[in-house]
Amino acid sequence: METLTSDVAIVGAGGAGLRAAIALAESNPGLRIALISKVYPMRSHTVAAEGGAAGVIKDNDSFDNHFNDTVAGGDWLCDQDAVEFFIHEAPKELTRIEHWGCPWSRQADGHVAVRPFGGMKVERTWYAADKTGFHLLHTLFQTTLKYPSIKRYDEYFSTDIVAVDDACQGVVALEMRTGQLRFFRAKAVIIATGGAGRIFPFTTNGAIKTGDGMAMAYRIGVPLKDMEFVQYHPTGLPGTGILITEGSRGEGGILVNKDGYRYLQDYDLGPPDPWPRKKAMELGPRDRLSQAFWHEQQKGRTIKTDYGDVVHLDLRHLGEAKINERLPMVRELSKSYVGIDPVDAPIPVRPVVHYTMGGIDTDINGATRVGGLFAAGECACVSINGANRLGSNSLTELLVFGARAGRAAAEYAAAGGGAAVSEALVTEQAEAAENRVLALFRRTNGIEDIAALRRELTATMEAGAGIYRSEGSLQEACAKMAEIRQRYASIELRDKSNVFNTDLTEALELKSMIDVASALAVSAYHRTESRGSHQRLDYTDRDDEKFLKHSLATYAAQGEPRIDYCDVVITRSKPGDRVYGGKQE
Amino acid sequence: MIRGPYVRPVGRYSWWLSQPRYIRYMLREVSAAFIGAYILMLIVGLLRLSQGPAAYESYLTAVLSSAGVAFGLITFVFAVYHSLTWFRVTPKAMPLRMRGKAVPPAIIVGAHWLGWAVASLLILLWVAV
Amino acid sequence: MRETIHQLEVLRYDPETDTAPHFQTYAVTCQEDWVVLDAINYVKENLDRTLSYRWSCHMAVCGSCGMVVNGEPVLSCHAFVRDYPEKIRVEPLANFPIERDLVVAIDDFVEKLTSVKPYIISAEERPVESGENLQSPEQLAVFKQYADCINCLLCYSACPQYALNDSFIGPAALALAHRYNLDSRDEGRSARADVVASNPGIWECSFVGACSEVCPKDVDPAAAIQQTKIASTVDYFMRFLMPWRKQ
Repeated sequence: METLTSDVAIVGAGGAGLRAAIALAESNPGLRIALISKVYPMRSHTVAAEGGAAGVIKDNDSFDNHFNDTVAGGDWLCDQDAVEFFIHEAPKELTRIEHWGCPWSRQADGHVAVRPFGGMKVERTWYAADKTGFHLLHTLFQTTLKYPSIKRYDEYFSTDIVAVDDACQGVVALEMRTGQLRFFRAKAVIIATGGAGRIFPFTTNGAIKTGDGMAMAYRIGVPLKDMEFVQYHPTGLPGTGILITEGSRGEGGILVNKDGYRYLQDYDLGPPDPWPRKKAMELGPRDRLSQAFWHEQQKGRTIKTDYGDVVHLDLRHLGEAKINERLPMVRELSKSYVGIDPVDAPIPVRPVVHYTMGGIDTDINGATRVGGLFAAGECACVSINGANRLGSNSLTELLVFGARAGRAAAEYAAAGGGAAVSEALVTEQAEAAENRVLALFRRTNGIEDIAALRRELTATMEAGAGIYRSEGSLQEACAKMAEIRQRYASIELRDKSNVFNTDLTEALELKSMIDVASALAVSAYHRTESRGSHQRLDYTDRDDEKFLKHSLATYAAQGEPRIDYCDVVITRSKPGDRVYGGKQE
Repeated sequence: MIRGPYVRPVGRYSWWLSQPRYIRYMLREVSAAFIGAYILMLIVGLLRLSQGPAAYESYLTAVLSSAGVAFGLITFVFAVYHSLTWFRVTPKAMPLRMRGKAVPPAIIVGAHWLGWAVASLLILLWVAV
Repeated sequence: MRETIHQLEVLRYDPETDTAPHFQTYAVTCQEDWVVLDAINYVKENLDRTLSYRWSCHMAVCGSCGMVVNGEPVLSCHAFVRDYPEKIRVEPLANFPIERDLVVAIDDFVEKLTSVKPYIISAEERPVESGENLQSPEQLAVFKQYADCINCLLCYSACPQYALNDSFIGPAALALAHRYNLDSRDEGRSARADVVASNPGIWECSFVGACSEVCPKDVDPAAAIQQTKIASTVDYFMRFLMPWRKQ
C-alpha cells in the first residue's frame, strides 16, 4: 500500500473541511495539506443548505440575543462556553466569506441583508437568496484553489483512522478510480464528513451522508456525543424529502392543516396575531413544529397523500415577485418535484430528518480525546446545538469551527505532532485497515444483500427512533440493530471490479450507518426524559436532575456501545422554560 | 488488466449532423457565405460599371436572368436568416441594464428589428427618389 | 400511484473487461413521478449491483448526476421518466473519457476551472474588522446569474468546440471567470486575461449556444463568453487609444 505523507489530512471537503483547509494554509503556508473527500468538493452536502447563516450584525440585535436563542433552542444542552465563542466569531466568519466573494443578498444601501428564522428573537440570518449553502460551498471551494499547499484527493473514500497509543497517525483511503488503498500519513487529521441523515429513510440529506467520519472516529474509541438528538425539519416535500427552507416561513409563509387552520396556535406557539411575530407560530423552533405535526396527524387533521400525511405551506400571499426574488429555488423545486407552483397553490410538506445534533465528541478547539484527531461541522459535537439546533446556526458552525479546528491542527502539526510511536505498530494498523477492505472485497458465499439490509436499517430507525420514541420502540430498534450488525458479516459484494466500484463503497457506507445508528438507538434508549428533539412518550418531561448531561456512546467490538454521561457547561444561562409565541411578552 | 478511461470518437466532419441544434448553428454559419457571395456579386457589378455601359448591361442581364433571380432569392433568404439569428443572440452578447434592472431581451431584439426596418425604408426611399 | 414499465438502456463500460462501451437494457417498473435517477437507483438496488454512477442530493444542486438521456445532457435527478414515453437511453456525459459505466473523468474541467482563478483577487486584503464590502443589489444582480453554476458539466457535454478541441477552457469555467470579473469587489480581470482572453479561452468559442440551452440553472455561459469577447476587444483597442490608462 502506497503511503502519502502530509502534515495535516482533512477528511471531507464540504463547508467545514474547506474552511479548515484555508485556515491551515493561511496560518502556516509551509504545511502540506491533504484534502481527502469521497466526492468532489462541490458535490458535498453543504451545497443543499438553503435558508442562511446566523450572525449578529445589525444594530437591533445583540450577542446576548444570539446566545439566548441558541441555548434555549437547544433546550439547555449546549455547552455555553462554546456558544459564547461561536456567537462572537459568527459575524467575523460571515464577513470573511463575504470578502472571499460570497454573493450575500443585500439591502438597498449595499449592506448585507438578514431574514428571520425559527426560534430567533431578532432577524439575523444572512442569506444568498435561497441557495446559501450552495454559494457558501462554491465560494470556499473556489477560494481553496488559491492555495498551492492544499492538495486535493477527490473521490478517495476514507475507511479508517490509524491511531497508535491514542495518537492519530493518518487515515487509510480507497482511491475510487483505481480501487487501490492508500495510507495518508499525517501528524494531524481533521474529520469533516458531515452528518448521518441517510440512516433514516425519509431525509433531506444526500446519498453521501452516511456518517463515515463519525463511524471512523467511533471505531477507534472516540465517543459519539448526544447521538439521540436528531432534527426533523418541519417542511420537506413528500416522497423525495427535498428541503423547503425555513426561509420560506421567515419570509411570511404559513402552515395550515386540512381545514386550512393554522394549527400551530394549538401547541403553545400562538396566538396567530400579530403576524409575523418572531419566535412564534411558523417561526417557532424546528423540534416544536415537527412535534406539532405529529399531534395533528394523531388527531386526523393532516392531509393524506401517496407519500404519507402532509400539511400545507402557503406562500401565495407573498406574491410572485417576492417569491422569485427571495425563494426562487423553493418555487422551482416545488414546481418540478410535486407539480405545484407556490404562487398559485400551497406546497404539501411533512417533517423530514434533517440534521444530527450529536457527533464526534470534541472540545471547543475541535480536538478529540485522541491526540492529533480533530473534528468539525455536522460530524462533530462541540456542542453548540444541544438538543435542537437553531435554524441557520449550522452553516455558521461550519465556518467557525472549521477554521478553529484548522488552526488547532496547524499548531499541533507545527509542534511536530504527538510523541513518537512505534512505526511497526503504525504499519500494522494501516495494513489491518487495508486487509479489512480486501477481506470484504474477496468474501464469497455471502447471503446478505447490501441494499436490502440498508432498507431494514432505515426502516428500523424510523419506526424506533422517530419524532416520538418510547422504551418499547427503542428496545426494538436496539435489538434489530444488533441483528443487522450480525448479518452485515454475511454480506457479499456482487461487483468484484476495481474501478469506481460503488458496490464496495456502499458496503463501506453501510458499515458506517450501522455503527452510527446503533449508537443513536442505544443513546436514545438510555435517555429517559424528553428534551428538544428527543421526545419520549413514556418520559414526557425534561429531567434536569438526571439528564442535564451529554451522553457519550463508546464503541464496543461486541455488543452494544457503553453509554456514559458528562456535564454540560453552563456559564450564564440557567435551564429554564422554552417559551415561544405570545407568552414571551 | 485495467484498460483505462474510454475516449469516445468524435466525427471530425460529421459531428454537426448529430443534433438539430448543431445543424441550426451550421446553417447560421453557412448563411455568412451567401452574404459574402452577394457582396461579391455587387463588387462585380461595380467593376462592370467601370468598364462601360455595354459591360454593365450584360451584367444586369445576367442578374435579371432566372438563374440570377434564383440566386438573389436564396441569398435574400439566408441574409434574413443570418440577421434574424444574430439579432436573437444580441441580448446575450450585449445585455443592457437601465436603472439597475436588466432590459428585457425582447426589447433589445425588437430594437434591432426596428433599426433594420427603418434603415431599409430609408434606403428604399432614397433609391426611389 | 400509476406505474409504468420502461426499457432503460444504459451504456456500460468496465475498463477491466470491456474493450468498448456497450448498451445493457433493464426493464424497470417506474412510478409516474419518478426521475431517471430513481430508475437507475432501482436498477442498482434490485437488478444489478455492478452499475456505477454518481449521485447525491436528488434536488438538482450538487451537480453529480449529469448524464445524457436520449441524446440530451440532463441532470438525471431532474429528468422525469414521464417525459420519455418510449425507451430511456442513458449514457455518460459526452466529451469526457468514460471511467466506468456512467462515471466520467472530469479532471480536465477541474484543471481549467483552477486556471481561470475563480476567486476574488484584490490589491489588498481587507481585515475582517473593517466590516463587509458594500455591494448594492444592482451590483449583485450584474454577476449573480453567473455565480449560479453548479459545475454539473452539462455544458461541456453539449459543446461541439470542446468535443473537437479539448484545450478549450469551456463554458462553465469561462462563465465563472466572468462572474468574478463582474463582481464589484474584484480587481482580478487582468490577472485572468492571460487564460480567459486567449485562443483556448473565449476565442475558441464560435457561439453555438448549446451550453446555454442545456444549462439546468440558467447560467447562460454563452452570454458570459460573448460579453467577455466584447470586453477584451475593447481592452485591446483601448491599449492603443489610451496607453496611459491603467490595465
